[in-house]
Amino acid sequence: MKLKEHEGKELFAKHGLAIPKGRVAHDGDEVAEALRHLPGSEVVLKAQVLVGGRGKAGGVKVVPKEQAVAAAKKMLGMRIHGEAVLELLVEEKLAIDRELYLSLIVNRAERCITLLFSPEGGVDIEELAKRAPEKIARIPLHEFNSRAVDLKWLEQGQQLLEMVKALHRLMEKEDAQLVEVNPLVLSGKTLVCADAKVILDDNALYRHKEHERRKRLELSGLEADARDAGLQYVELDGDIAIIGNGAGLVMATLDVLAHFGGKPANFLDVGGGASVEMMERALDIALKKRVSGLFINIFGGITRCDEIAQGLINYRKEKQLKVPLVVRMIGTNEAEGRKLLEKAGIPSLDSMEEGARKMVEMVR
Amino acid sequence: MALIPKGTGVIIQGMTGNQGSFHSRLMLDYGTSIVAGVTPGKGGGKVHDVPVYNSVKAALEKHAAAWSVLFVPAAFAKGAALEAIEAGLNLALITENIPVHDTLAIHAAARKKGVIVIGPNTPGVTCVGESKLGIMPNHIFRKGGVAVVSRSGTLTYEIVAALSAAGIGQSDVIGIGGDMVIGFDFLDALRHFEEDKATKAVVLIGEIGGDLEERAAAYAKEHVTKKVVAYIAGRTAPEGKRMGHAGAIISGSSGTAKAKVEALEAAGIRVATLPSDIVRLLE
Repeated sequence: MKLKEHEGKELFAKHGLAIPKGRVAHDGDEVAEALRHLPGSEVVLKAQVLVGGRGKAGGVKVVPKEQAVAAAKKMLGMRIHGEAVLELLVEEKLAIDRELYLSLIVNRAERCITLLFSPEGGVDIEELAKRAPEKIARIPLHEFNSRAVDLKWLEQGQQLLEMVKALHRLMEKEDAQLVEVNPLVLSGKTLVCADAKVILDDNALYRHKEHERRKRLELSGLEADARDAGLQYVELDGDIAIIGNGAGLVMATLDVLAHFGGKPANFLDVGGGASVEMMERALDIALKKRVSGLFINIFGGITRCDEIAQGLINYRKEKQLKVPLVVRMIGTNEAEGRKLLEKAGIPSLDSMEEGARKMVEMVR
Repeated sequence: MALIPKGTGVIIQGMTGNQGSFHSRLMLDYGTSIVAGVTPGKGGGKVHDVPVYNSVKAALEKHAAAWSVLFVPAAFAKGAALEAIEAGLNLALITENIPVHDTLAIHAAARKKGVIVIGPNTPGVTCVGESKLGIMPNHIFRKGGVAVVSRSGTLTYEIVAALSAAGIGQSDVIGIGGDMVIGFDFLDALRHFEEDKATKAVVLIGEIGGDLEERAAAYAKEHVTKKVVAYIAGRTAPEGKRMGHAGAIISGSSGTAKAKVEALEAAGIRVATLPSDIVRLLE
């Protein structure tokens, strides 16, 4: 789960990292109130969105205090790459002497935490990595010490070390999989985290109640319902509802459907060993959105085809299924499952690709 | 030689739970030598006639084993895994949704001890006709010379079943797990398959997220003489969304299916567009 900048900065402050003075505002009045608490004649308005590229899209502005309310009202109405701006962070304007880059990431290849540091901060780090990879130091954290990064040019070397320690503590205590400070600003004699990007580990939300609450707020209505039901669901923008079992198989199902010209409405993994009730819940969620077809693709391993079939039959009894349906079902208890479906007048196929092709024809 | 040859002693951590007990039955049916189960507090009991102990240490005092299969719930998986690693066992971590910092601790311990950890979030390993560790369905396999390595469970079953139906048998089928951080990976699998005399060709099943497929492509080009073909899931997945597996996420421009397909093809590995094409590519 990606956090908004101000949520990330809250965690930064909690773990002793220096951040600029600032307040969150949702309307003109709150902006005016924020201005009273900030020093200087200028402030920075920062749109609180999760999409990247906010700066270039006009989501960060330095303005004189007397113009801040008007500028904030404009920003609060905008959309940045499709995401509505509902919140602003109003911050003091720092005197910037230098911009650096600092992050801790989970290194998938090395199976450890790696520190990334660059004396050139404030730029797109992916872009910098392509243009001048030598400007980014990559150090496994367990090998990190004061000599690992050449800090002679930086009077604040000790401060930077303390910062790395604090970020590491944050990462472990809060179960973050990424913490990024870009830019890390040298303002006078102090290093300040001018921005904050934090991604929390979804698998660890169970041990952080306050993060779990936030996760629910972040999800779309259907995604939140699916999460409650214990299903893996991602909303997509097509019109064919998909239910399958196993993440890889469902991903492949979306690809195969698209290959034949169909557009998936969702990713839905009913999980391993899904029960009749689980299947009913999956149908409920997949069909809440307006769709023009439903493609069920099951390879029974731990999952039993008869449970899936019974779930589908129960659902049809209780609620009408108004859209064309294709069922592909093979594996454990296949014969029993097919028998159930036949009795209910539902045909089933044994090839995923044939099923996808048929589905696309039916919705055309 | 198979990664886990017939007769290798195996213990099951979390054997008394629903999943542990159900899959132990199926592993025994397959012919796996399960010598003991471990569940703290349930020592002295039996599951499917296999004795259960309170700790790995207690089990190993009475039985010889080289591997543990772990079904313990995510919140307790780290402790259980460290216990097995400390005892020198290789590990298949079936458990899903283990926090990534716990996984990092498990892999750090495994590296220190020099044991193999497969997973987490893996369906396990089947050495066809020899032994099965994990949750793959027993009936889909057919003995032969094609090895399979994959980040996914059901998609592996799908492709293995298609191979068997086409008369193409398998040697070792290894699920490496769908998590962001995993232990035994494509490179380890390719190294093993290259050495394994029973393996004649390899099917690699990847998906979006990370750069493991790209690294596997580079490794295969340098070190693998046997034929390798591949399938990549997630060509139509959107950016920034976790597609079921914790590791299956495109971030920015990294981890796309396109980049993986290109890297594999540049290494001379043919990539199937549809899962069924795998059979054709092997012929």
